[in-house]
Amino acid sequence: MRPSPAAVWHLDPLGALLSAAGALALSCLPFVDVKANRIVPGVGHALTSVLPGQGAAACLAVLALVVPVALWVRRPWLRLAAALAGITALALALAAAATLLTPAGDRVVRIATGAGAWLTLICLALLATDAVTRLKPSPARRVLYLIVCLGVLILALASGRFDELSVMREYAVNAERFARELRAHVALAVGSLAAAVLVGLPLGIFCHRVPRVRGAILAVLNVIQTVPSIALFGILMAPLGALAAAWPLAERLGIRGIGAAPAAVALFLYSLLPIVANTVAGLARVSRPAVEAARGMGMTGAQVLLRIELPLALPVIFTGIRVVLVQNIGMVTVAALIGGGGLGTFVFQGIGQTAIDLVLLGAIPIVALAFSAAVLLDALVEVMDRTHR
Amino acid sequence: MISIENLAKDYNGTRVVDGVSMQIEGNSITVIVGTSGSGKSTLLRMINRLVEPSAGRVLIEGRDTREEPAHLLRRRIGYAIQGHGLFPHRTVEENIATVPRLLGWSASRISERVAELLTVFQLEPKTYARAFPHELSGGQAQRVGVARALAAEPAVLLMDEPFGALDPIIRAKAQEDLLDIQRRYGTTILLVTHDMDEAFHLGDRVGVMSGGRLLQYDTPERLLTHPADPLVARMTGLTDRAMRLLSLTTAAALAAPGSCAGPRIAASASLREALSELLWSGSEAGLVIEADGSPRGIVTVAAILAHGRPA
Repeated sequence: MRPSPAAVWHLDPLGALLSAAGALALSCLPFVDVKANRIVPGVGHALTSVLPGQGAAACLAVLALVVPVALWVRRPWLRLAAALAGITALALALAAAATLLTPAGDRVVRIATGAGAWLTLICLALLATDAVTRLKPSPARRVLYLIVCLGVLILALASGRFDELSVMREYAVNAERFARELRAHVALAVGSLAAAVLVGLPLGIFCHRVPRVRGAILAVLNVIQTVPSIALFGILMAPLGALAAAWPLAERLGIRGIGAAPAAVALFLYSLLPIVANTVAGLARVSRPAVEAARGMGMTGAQVLLRIELPLALPVIFTGIRVVLVQNIGMVTVAALIGGGGLGTFVFQGIGQTAIDLVLLGAIPIVALAFSAAVLLDALVEVMDRTHR
Repeated sequence: MISIENLAKDYNGTRVVDGVSMQIEGNSITVIVGTSGSGKSTLLRMINRLVEPSAGRVLIEGRDTREEPAHLLRRRIGYAIQGHGLFPHRTVEENIATVPRLLGWSASRISERVAELLTVFQLEPKTYARAFPHELSGGQAQRVGVARALAAEPAVLLMDEPFGALDPIIRAKAQEDLLDIQRRYGTTILLVTHDMDEAFHLGDRVGVMSGGRLLQYDTPERLLTHPADPLVARMTGLTDRAMRLLSLTTAAALAAPGSCAGPRIAASASLREALSELLWSGSEAGLVIEADGSPRGIVTVAAILAHGRPA
């Protein structure tokens, strides 16, 4: 069907907003910041002033082509392709700018992504996300897209093309520690979640079976949830420190007033409420007649729980697990303050040194981790909800 | 055969079932009818020990039900409830296979049985075996619920308001299906309902409960003609008991030799339906026709009216 003249003027509202914001950011804010070293503030440069004429023109041409697609094209696939082309062009321009602006062999000068490039990247990423949402992909496809995205990102960073960008320079210096802290971060977030599931699931089942204790248990967990994380870390230092002092074996196992132990305990305590509350809510929504029929046909109590109640409650329980995992990935960051390790170490070190690149080295992977966890678990919940209606 | 002996249940000092004794014949349908709170559901649930009796005992084929663990007892007894109680995360096939799986039947025996039951309940196996409960209509889901209860070929089937959630037309169909099923498998069925018409239509014998007590346990005819208690008379319907009585007998039973020009009446029609037909057409007599189309005889208004008086 040929679009009517009126349709030409019917702008996509999100596309219009993102196009305007991206264009404004790119023309008014610096594309890259050139810093004499890692801690001094940089001097902003525009895209056209750092790249040779042809390069800048090619990048701007691709970005200019994204705009009409964002404004008028309805097909999600085209919108996604345009956004990805824009991201690629911008990333290549950044890499080229960093390589051009770094004097050969210089390890002190830093070329950082400027506010204009960041904002344009975010606009393009939002355009891509919106296009994916409009495609309404199945859960399996969403996970596939995530894997492809992460794979391309890792390959691109490993290719060496971006090595002269300041965050990658910071990474090159800290590569070994980065791997260690990333592992520590994931281990703390997932480990405290696993412990919370191990304790919270039986506790939730208990609350469901014995309504009299439900209010009290949920109230206690609610109070824990309201304690600010940094305060809870502090509160836990004293008893865990005392435990380590009184019981050397505990100290040898890593249970001390500071370090990963109080962080893990605090994260575990925070994780309990969503797990227990969602287990109770999930079990409560299980159809009464189904449970009644299961008992009436001769299932034992354990069979009713494992074959009927838990499978039917699982989507709701996993919604709780999703909340906890995303929440934990964010909160592990703060654990660095008490020596818990994790990517937060870079964030707080960077703040201390006013080295913004180091902050980003910690913060960007945390956002990526939380985002990936959310996509994965959302897909899982949707799959379960579809088969467990 | 099921013997219920002095069965009673107390909840927090309130007696909800009070000394009920009854003999339930094998290969028959027995209906317990009563208002809500009469204790009829509790009585039913004490038979498969979903509720443990406070006093008294239940014997099935002479064996005390307390001789084996409750969950093993329940696997031998079919159980169907109002709103079907199908497992929403399992397919129709898996739902029906529940008890055979618990009993450890072989996969081939289970799939054979599932296919047989689906066919008996007029659900095309190819279409419905893999369907999930939310894809079924109310009547289909109810049929799957009964099929599931019958899956392990139980000798006894307990049904708690099984048709309560169905609309009248589907309900009538479900009742006819149940009568067919009972004849086909010879199952001993004990059904609980609050609907007196359903009780009279399905029950070979009907027990009337109120306030935890079994007021009367008898054939539908005897309940109408010889109510043992004023409450039974009121519940069975003082105003239209003659019509109820007529609905218990078929036209075939009253057919006399002869032929007439009146309306044709199906042999399986009740006398109530036959009378209605004769009144509507203004005829004194009608021709009773067998299912195969052959004439069975005639039935007259006078004969029907005579039958509507208690003997």
